[in-house]
Amino acid sequence: MYTYTEFDKAFVAERNRQFRAQVERRIDGSLTEDEFKPLRLMNGLYLQLHAYMLRVAIPYGTLNSAQMRQLAMIAERWDKGYGHFTTRQNIQFNWPNLANVPDILEALAEVEMHCIQTSGNTIRNVTADHFAGAAADEVADPRSVAELIRQWSTDHPEFQFLPRKFKVGVTGSPNDRAVTAAHDIGLRIVERDGEIGYQVLVGGGLGRTPMIGKVLADFLPEADLLPYIEAVVSVWNLLGRRDNKFKARIKITVHEHGIDDIRARVEKQFAAIKPSFKGVDQQMLADIRAQFAPPEFITASEAPYNQARQHDPVFRSWADTNLSEHRAPGYAIVSISLKAHGATPGDASAQQMRLMADLAERYGHDELRISHEQNVILPHVHKSHVPSVFAALRAAGLGTANIGLISDIIACPGMDYCALATARSIPIAQQIATRFDELKLEHEIGEMKIKISGCINACGHHHVGHIGILGLDRAGVESYQITLGGDHREDARLGDRTGPGFSADEIVPAIERIIHAYLDLRLDASETFLAAYQRLGLAPFKAALYEIEAQAYAAE
Amino acid sequence: MPREFTPQVITANALIEGDVVYFTAQDTWSRALSDADILTDEADAALRLLIAEARHHEVVGVYLTAMKPTPEGPVPVHFREEFRRTGPSNHFHGKQADSATRA
Repeated sequence: MYTYTEFDKAFVAERNRQFRAQVERRIDGSLTEDEFKPLRLMNGLYLQLHAYMLRVAIPYGTLNSAQMRQLAMIAERWDKGYGHFTTRQNIQFNWPNLANVPDILEALAEVEMHCIQTSGNTIRNVTADHFAGAAADEVADPRSVAELIRQWSTDHPEFQFLPRKFKVGVTGSPNDRAVTAAHDIGLRIVERDGEIGYQVLVGGGLGRTPMIGKVLADFLPEADLLPYIEAVVSVWNLLGRRDNKFKARIKITVHEHGIDDIRARVEKQFAAIKPSFKGVDQQMLADIRAQFAPPEFITASEAPYNQARQHDPVFRSWADTNLSEHRAPGYAIVSISLKAHGATPGDASAQQMRLMADLAERYGHDELRISHEQNVILPHVHKSHVPSVFAALRAAGLGTANIGLISDIIACPGMDYCALATARSIPIAQQIATRFDELKLEHEIGEMKIKISGCINACGHHHVGHIGILGLDRAGVESYQITLGGDHREDARLGDRTGPGFSADEIVPAIERIIHAYLDLRLDASETFLAAYQRLGLAPFKAALYEIEAQAYAAE
Repeated sequence: MPREFTPQVITANALIEGDVVYFTAQDTWSRALSDADILTDEADAALRLLIAEARHHEVVGVYLTAMKPTPEGPVPVHFREEFRRTGPSNHFHGKQADSATRA
């Protein structure tokens, strides 16, 4: 893992000192809210419906046990004993007191964490594949590149007042788990003829105008990466629309100018700035890469794992859904579900955070990851330790066997917390998970990604959910619109809107009708919902979804 | 005939805690909606809003929001304000918990 240099430490400490003084000036009345707001947003401090919210960056979703324990300490000391992991691999504290925020930032700095650029019109926390450095299918670890971009973008003088926010996601695997197609810049590390390079996507994004990213460069040599993305952001910084915030994101710029025009502008800018990159960036990348060297993997017997699988059906069921293939022999990637049926997706109590930290330290080479799907990953666990890990997780309410299943739902905070929301998301996720648990259909249904957003800004990624749910305010009543067939992976696709929305009372039965239609229509159990949808299209699902209404209408 | 004016209250979030507050007839901020001054005259509401907004050293994000007057006090017209005066539905936190502690 990357460790701060003296420069990093001094930089974060200075920013914290400045913010402490800014908070003092706000509290003593020297600063108005209009003056203070951009300053607090630069430090990840929002005001939500019931309280302030502090968004802490977890760069590329990677944490060690000391950092996780510090988050637990912060949750208990200054919040309400829990934290909420988000779809951008951050953690949010929902109840901080303004006067305490400078102390929280100092506590974060003690473990090399901060909230810088987790808000505002800047380059945000760089996200990456949550299986980075562990996945069997990986070309290269995306975190070194993500860290390089983090360092380059932090306080970058040219990019502190961008037209709008700017998000970068990186995958090092052809199986895209980092939703790169829905980022302002999506980077895919690829290998061609033995050479490592990057496929650069640009102009992806969800929100009110969802777009799938377009290929800007099909194979960018490694050494060109930083000047190239600097050229992209630089072109957009000047070209992007500042007259209308809803048209300011780079996806609109790319859409309005066309990918070829943008490419020509980027290449011109790239040619102009490339000579100023004299290789320091590559030297830094090499230094960073050394810090992401794989841990010293152990060799041990897998017998305890095999025995547990054989004798304990509960363990076997969990292992089947929550383990993924690791690159090292004898190892597994453990996904810890933060989606116990009926729980809030992405919430973890301080006690749970400490337990996950302990397990990472004891069995997981001291590494943890946060996934954009709002779960926690132990990326490197030897199979001989997996039964002990499971037993400890289960005792702490973290042993739910549902990764990738219908109750493993992404849900934004929605109107339970968020000032922008138009409807609630969390209770809908809770009800769907509880309902399908009661029906005992979860494993029968198989792979299913439900994603829920409480407004059109789409923090819950509903456009790329197999089933997407969007909460809206229709004449003063919460209403939920459904999209089907979205996909967040390498061949990303936006879901199709089914038709009129459903009330909060009607949405769970509506989802049930879609699921029953799928179970009736699929060729066999091996055909996933998404595959069945791709084969059949919207029509049969739409018919099932609106069946009751159609029947009622016919009966009139 | 002029359009009927929907009764309103002035609300904001407290500067330090961020908690939802309501402007009272005594020009103070209260955590309880039942203490809020119900404004039934449009011109008066606009004037009261200016007075409340001037208190920027105490609160953040001052605005008027529609309420239905009842014998028990004002009741929110929109569900967003209902959540603001209650707290989140997934955890027993916020005003619902604070009032339970007080009771």
